[in-house]
Amino acid sequence: MALYKNTGNPARRISRNAAIGVLLLIFALATLFPIYFMVISSFGDPVEAGAMNYTLWPGKFTLDSYKFFFNYSKYSFRWLLNSLVVAGSVMVFNVVFASMAGFAFSKLRFRGRNVLFAVLLCAMMIPYQVTQVPLYILVVNTFDMENTYGALILPGIVTVYNIFLAKQFMSSIPSEILESAKIDGCNQFQIYTKLILPLSKTVLAVMAILTFMESWNTFFWPLLVTNSMEMQTIQVGLKNFRFANTTYFGPMMAGATIAALPMFILFFSLQRYFLEGVTVGAVKG
Amino acid sequence: MNQLPITVKKRKNRGDGAWGYAFIAVALVVYALFTAYPVASAFIISFQKYKPLGSTFIGWENYAETFQDSLFWKSLRNTVVYTVLTVPVGLLISFSIAILILPLKKFLQTTFKAIYYLPAVASGVTLSVVWLWIYDPLPAGILNQVVHFFGGSNQNWLGASATAMFSLVLMSWLSSHGTAIIIYLAALLGIDDSYYEAADLDGATFLQKIWHIVIPCLKPTTLFLFVTGIIGSFQVFQNAFLMTGGGPDNATTMVGLLIFNNAFKYFEFGEAAAQSLILAVIIAGISLIQFKFLGKDVEY
Repeated sequence: MALYKNTGNPARRISRNAAIGVLLLIFALATLFPIYFMVISSFGDPVEAGAMNYTLWPGKFTLDSYKFFFNYSKYSFRWLLNSLVVAGSVMVFNVVFASMAGFAFSKLRFRGRNVLFAVLLCAMMIPYQVTQVPLYILVVNTFDMENTYGALILPGIVTVYNIFLAKQFMSSIPSEILESAKIDGCNQFQIYTKLILPLSKTVLAVMAILTFMESWNTFFWPLLVTNSMEMQTIQVGLKNFRFANTTYFGPMMAGATIAALPMFILFFSLQRYFLEGVTVGAVKG
Repeated sequence: MNQLPITVKKRKNRGDGAWGYAFIAVALVVYALFTAYPVASAFIISFQKYKPLGSTFIGWENYAETFQDSLFWKSLRNTVVYTVLTVPVGLLISFSIAILILPLKKFLQTTFKAIYYLPAVASGVTLSVVWLWIYDPLPAGILNQVVHFFGGSNQNWLGASATAMFSLVLMSWLSSHGTAIIIYLAALLGIDDSYYEAADLDGATFLQKIWHIVIPCLKPTTLFLFVTGIIGSFQVFQNAFLMTGGGPDNATTMVGLLIFNNAFKYFEFGEAAAQSLILAVIIAGISLIQFKFLGKDVEY
């Protein structure tokens, strides 16, 4: 990169690169420390915090803290299952409905298209707090859906952000391909399934992963619409565990690790999509 | 396309129409039910004393009460302090890191990007649980040990008014810059080399290149991150809710948390709705100002 001069003498260049490396490494360590601390501590004994010293080196390896966490409630595995069901459904619904809407908004001509899209975009400006109370009243009082998967899933089945993402990407698909498919006798639904979906695979994968992650990590909505332990998600369960066991350090870390572990696994196996996903919405095409 | 007879075009339009509406039907229903209706409902509730059976209309009272409520102003001030400390400083950190990553080899770039992004993958609840222990007020607490190492004295991080807000800010600095770094880096890689070459010919120094080339070229990126950062920061309340509960003495109560408490702790739905709409107006206002002053020569 030409921002940095590479013509200087080698000794200076090496010391410069070393300085950069050290700076980045220090910051990386500070960033990773909480996660490292969490994982290391989760393998410690499930004793109360007063009786222990924090250690930064894995002195011993035991899964007792994990056992302690899972023994806290008979629903602790159910929390993980609930999170999986909710995040999985939200992900599938978003990919299907956002890609359909994105296709319509980018490639189909119909009356009111631009107005409707602009109206949708306005939603991104509205703070979460505005819709929170009426949404709660609607779902819990009007629909009477408290403690159901429906309450956890339905409000999130298609987000405006995902529609926007799909539309942005699909706009770049050449319309000529679609026209020729139409001449060959495809209807719009066939064009959507046979052309648009395969061509949008990457962006839909990014969308699926980010949606799954967000849904898995979401906390407030599940907190609001569930009041029985068996319908809670892992995030709400972890919060309950924390308030019930304020001094049990190891088990708390084990719970935190359990809540984050699926995302870490997903991140390390699909890293490319995660990192791509960050820029896909931000850098305009 | 231009030569096509007008009648054919018309028929095609009509054909698309039904398909178009069919394809956006679900999105529109979801939007109407879970966004548009709640927003409209929030307006109505904000003028009511809400009761599950038969709310009463009380005019502007909820708004008037909010503006007279010293806690509202305190929470607004807290929100502004938090935003100023996290967004501009956070962007400066992200920008500097992205500049430092830039000369590295591709493999190292990706590695650092992944490391810095990792905390964003963990949930807010997970991070808050971990940071709660880092901020353990006992001398054995991790951060207190660090402070001792540098000769400082024991702090009650989250429990004292003086340090509670700073503790939330520090946590934000160390766990939420990954996204901005990646976006900045992508933008940095998009700057044309010829600018730097021209600057080299003029004998520009590294800092001059940063100031005269990099910063102007990245202005749209900065604006984007700034606006989205501030919009996000004004709504923040999860960390405060989970780590301090807004305390001590409401030192970390932000507007988002105040609204949440009014709604789901005291069940004052009317006041919560009024405050949320005030928040919406503030956020919209700030965004407009930013676009006006910062976005002058930015094209969209």
